[in-house]
Amino acid sequence: MLYLSDISVTFNEDTPDEKKALQDINLTLEQGEFVTVIGSNGAGKSTLMNVVSGSLKPDIGTVKINNKDVTPLPEFKRSNYIGRVFQDPMAGTAPSMTIEENLAMAYARNKKRRFRIGVTKKRRELFREYLNTLHLGLEDRLNAKVGMLSGGERQALSLLMATFTEPNILLLDEHTAALDPSRAELITKLTGDVVEKFHLTTLMVTHNMQQALDLGNRLIMMDKGQIILDVSGEEKQDLTIEKLLQEFQRIRGEQLVNDRAVLG
Amino acid sequence: MFFSMFGAVESGIIFAIMALGVYLSFRVLDFPDLTVDGSFVTGAAVAAMCIVNGVSPIIATVLAAVAGFVAGNITGILNTKGKINPLLSGILMMTALYSINLRIMGGSPNIPLLNEPTVFNFLETAWEKTGIDQFLNGLLTSIGVEVVPGTWIVIFVMIIITVIVKLITDYYLKTEIGLALRATGDNEKMIRSLSANTDTLKIVGLGFSNGLVALSGALIAQNDGFVDLKSGIGMIVIGLASVIIGEALFGKKTIVRTTLAVILGAIVYRMVVTAALKVDFLETGDMKLISAILVVAALVTPKVIATVREQKRRQRKRIDLNNKAKGA
Ligand SMILES: Nc1ncnc2c1ncn2[C@@H]1O[C@H](COP(=O)(O)OP(=O)(O)OP(=O)(O)O)[C@@H](O)[C@H]1O
Ligand SMILES: [Mg+2]
Repeated sequence: MLYLSDISVTFNEDTPDEKKALQDINLTLEQGEFVTVIGSNGAGKSTLMNVVSGSLKPDIGTVKINNKDVTPLPEFKRSNYIGRVFQDPMAGTAPSMTIEENLAMAYARNKKRRFRIGVTKKRRELFREYLNTLHLGLEDRLNAKVGMLSGGERQALSLLMATFTEPNILLLDEHTAALDPSRAELITKLTGDVVEKFHLTTLMVTHNMQQALDLGNRLIMMDKGQIILDVSGEEKQDLTIEKLLQEFQRIRGEQLVNDRAVLG
Repeated sequence: MFFSMFGAVESGIIFAIMALGVYLSFRVLDFPDLTVDGSFVTGAAVAAMCIVNGVSPIIATVLAAVAGFVAGNITGILNTKGKINPLLSGILMMTALYSINLRIMGGSPNIPLLNEPTVFNFLETAWEKTGIDQFLNGLLTSIGVEVVPGTWIVIFVMIIITVIVKLITDYYLKTEIGLALRATGDNEKMIRSLSANTDTLKIVGLGFSNGLVALSGALIAQNDGFVDLKSGIGMIVIGLASVIIGEALFGKKTIVRTTLAVILGAIVYRMVVTAALKVDFLETGDMKLISAILVVAALVTPKVIATVREQKRRQRKRIDLNNKAKGA
């Protein structure tokens, strides 16, 4: 499980550009909880993900994973516990390396890397099995360079790479935003499947409200660096886009002015 | 002509090890590492000083590679821990090494190795017994070559060493650590999110790269019979030329293929330079200029060819379309 307490992040403190990206965030995710995160541009969603992954250190506050305080750990050490998919399909894979080599690197994520061959026969079989579950035919292209794949294929591969080692925490930051609608739908479906299959504790940022409602068993809304809404269980199942927008207006006393969010 | 080409191939194979080192930094790590100009001489100087002081040439050569490894490590530390940009880290290290090399050489800018044992003459007595020299030179004489090489031992020893280095490099790049090293040059953010310590990978990778460069320097010194403090100037360009020419001529589909291409590229490079120096108007001093021009040519030519081809293709399509329109 994931435990965040009193997390604050301020960028450019004491300058005219000062920005309180996160203010006193407290959030606990139980094992297997799948939380979708929505909020307008600049609300602090990506910053929250970066604080969890360790690519950003909070000014104050504690991050615990499985009751272990990981706040001082650098990103590469923390990624033993964390699988991550980025928004940019180019970001999650190494383009000049082959599909099987990319999978081999992901396979080594929670193990110690050694001077032994990365892609063995046995592992290749394993990779093929996993790729099969994507239904994209990638299992027949193990030796293709990843740079040759389409954005959707790359993102599906990134998702597989982030999840098949069953991380304690899965972080998804708008990982379908750069894809066309049909590809986005495919990745959304794969996400639901894989999270369920491995029972992963997941934090997923999205601008697509429908996606946020369809996926997961808990939803949080962020604004100006704070969590302003947190619904789960039946209450979440009963939510609609209408209700979400009304809720935002009630809490903030203003319209949620964000085309992407409203249209999504 | 045969004789000078023989020399070109001979030193080409020795420089191939340096080129493999440059391939590791320049291509695999995507780190244009100028340390090479210094670490090449460091290797030569360490080997020479050891040999002059009675150390066995094999141990001296190994120590040279270790010295290069350490030099590469320091460049890596400057870059990753000191957050100095890659080019500048290399330039700083190269500059520092110039003084360090002079220190290693006991303050003298040139050390002769003429009557000292080397890895090559070490095996000479055993080699002479095999009679390979007489056999190959006999073959050459029979096909009409007049000036035959004194000995083939250098080529044979170097082929063995280079093949071993290539096989180790190929293996290394396929290990779990090697994959992470390649990903560090390809997509650093990604491999960090897969729990690899990219700082350490860079430091070790640059060490490995400069270790090979220094090994090459040590072998060149033993083959040439001297070390010169200034012999490293422009070495990075020679390495780049070998990598780029090799990749352009022999392909880079897989790692195994690319490392072979780099080795062959180093040999081709030497042969081209040797041939160029045969032109009356050019002198030995023009070598660096020739190197630079070769690199530019190897970089630009493939692009020009591709553009021209693309233009022709489009032109053809347009003509086809016109003809069709007329026909209809
Ligand atoms: N490295 C940084 N330096 C300065 N300011 C930053 C930095 N990163 C983020 N910010 C600021 O912090 C705020 C929160 O940014 P963040 O990226 O977390 O928003 P977000 O909720 O992910 O928005 P989006 O929906 O547009 O992705 C923004 O105002 C942003 O400009
Ligand atoms: Mg964001």
